[in-house]
Amino acid sequence: MMKDKDTQTLKAIPGSPITEADLHAYVDDVLTASRRSEVEAFLSTRADARASVDAWARQKSILKQAFDPVAAEVIPLRFAARPPARPPRWLAAAAAVMMTVASGVGAWVVRGEWDQRALAMRAPATAAVAKAGDLGGFVHRAAIAHAVYTPEVRRPVEVGADQEQALATWLTKRLGATVRPPHLADVGYALVGGRLLPGGVGPVAQFMYSAHDGRRLTLYVTREAAGDKSAFRFSREGEVNVFYWIDEQFGYALSGDIERAELLRVSEEVYRQLG
Amino acid sequence: MGARQEAEIVACIPSLRRYARGLTADAARADDLVQDTLEHAWRRLSMWRRQGELRAWLFGIMHNVFIDSVRARRLRDTVHDDDAIAAMPVRAQQSDGLEVRDLDRLLQRLNPDVRAVLLLVTVEELSYQEAARALDVPVGTIMSRLSRGRERLAAMMAGREPVTPLRRVK
Repeated sequence: MMKDKDTQTLKAIPGSPITEADLHAYVDDVLTASRRSEVEAFLSTRADARASVDAWARQKSILKQAFDPVAAEVIPLRFAARPPARPPRWLAAAAAVMMTVASGVGAWVVRGEWDQRALAMRAPATAAVAKAGDLGGFVHRAAIAHAVYTPEVRRPVEVGADQEQALATWLTKRLGATVRPPHLADVGYALVGGRLLPGGVGPVAQFMYSAHDGRRLTLYVTREAAGDKSAFRFSREGEVNVFYWIDEQFGYALSGDIERAELLRVSEEVYRQLG
Repeated sequence: MGARQEAEIVACIPSLRRYARGLTADAARADDLVQDTLEHAWRRLSMWRRQGELRAWLFGIMHNVFIDSVRARRLRDTVHDDDAIAAMPVRAQQSDGLEVRDLDRLLQRLNPDVRAVLLLVTVEELSYQEAARALDVPVGTIMSRLSRGRERLAAMMAGREPVTPLRRVK
């Protein structure tokens, strides 16, 4: 399509001496038919030029063979959609989380759609949390970690799902008890991977999951609440919905910017697998 | 910035990934490069005046991002990520049997500007003019880089040129 223009840029005058540019253009197949036959005539008499041209052509096919498979790969999720508009979503989300928890009277409007009901709902949730001791800290930290890492395009996790076994082994070692990511594909979420985070008193694990539409959930796993047992509880931390529960060894918090009912459905699956 | 332009950019991603893989010889670094390129592209989309192919415009952005990163790396004097690759023996005897990793290594020996031209012309099949526009240099510069790249790569593949080990900075 644009190749015709290039022959013009090479300014090949019929019958003019063959230049090295002609030889490259021959390999790249951008010569006019008449110039091409002139080059071919030249090559038939010049073994050295023929050898160069053959080597370049072979090189070209080797390069294409080596790199074409990359273009045939499935496009990774991280490139599938336009990146989020700035300012970074996590900043606003994290600010909202902090504000909700830190200031009970914060009538501050972080974003236009600040939800009064969220503030109202928070009072009982905080009370429940306070009763459960350290729990409140962990749910809050889980929500912050969710808000910080889920918008991350480049490095959402430290260890990807392709190394799931290594991830489980590593986190098990660091947390001192068997940890593994639940499989949530049946409820529509694929494992992205996980990372180690500092908790209130020690390391915690965060697993990240992604739906087809790019929405992400995180499961925060901590041993800080070990020894207790609790039912599912719900908390809304800024824009992040969290279901959390404690099951002897571990405290779990599943966070997402998704509807409560949907989050509950996934939480039940997590509980079923890990309980 | 309609959905159409968005779709056109997404349609270029396979090419961008292929080109980036050739430039960097490292899958993770290549995709980071694609990511950075796309971020720049989204921001500057209004500056694309539809002169020429969108793909060539994106290659141009990628080249700038890449050259910046090469400079930054040099400044930081970092150790190459591909020490493991560097430790592998070179197989220069039979060019057609060259493995991708070996080819990656050889490509990395080329000057980045030369490598870019070689890949744009041979793998991406950009015309010389498109390559010139993408890299913002005259067509003559494209030709001389192409010539250098082909000669050097051919020499390395034929084993005529000693492959010097990667400079390692500790």
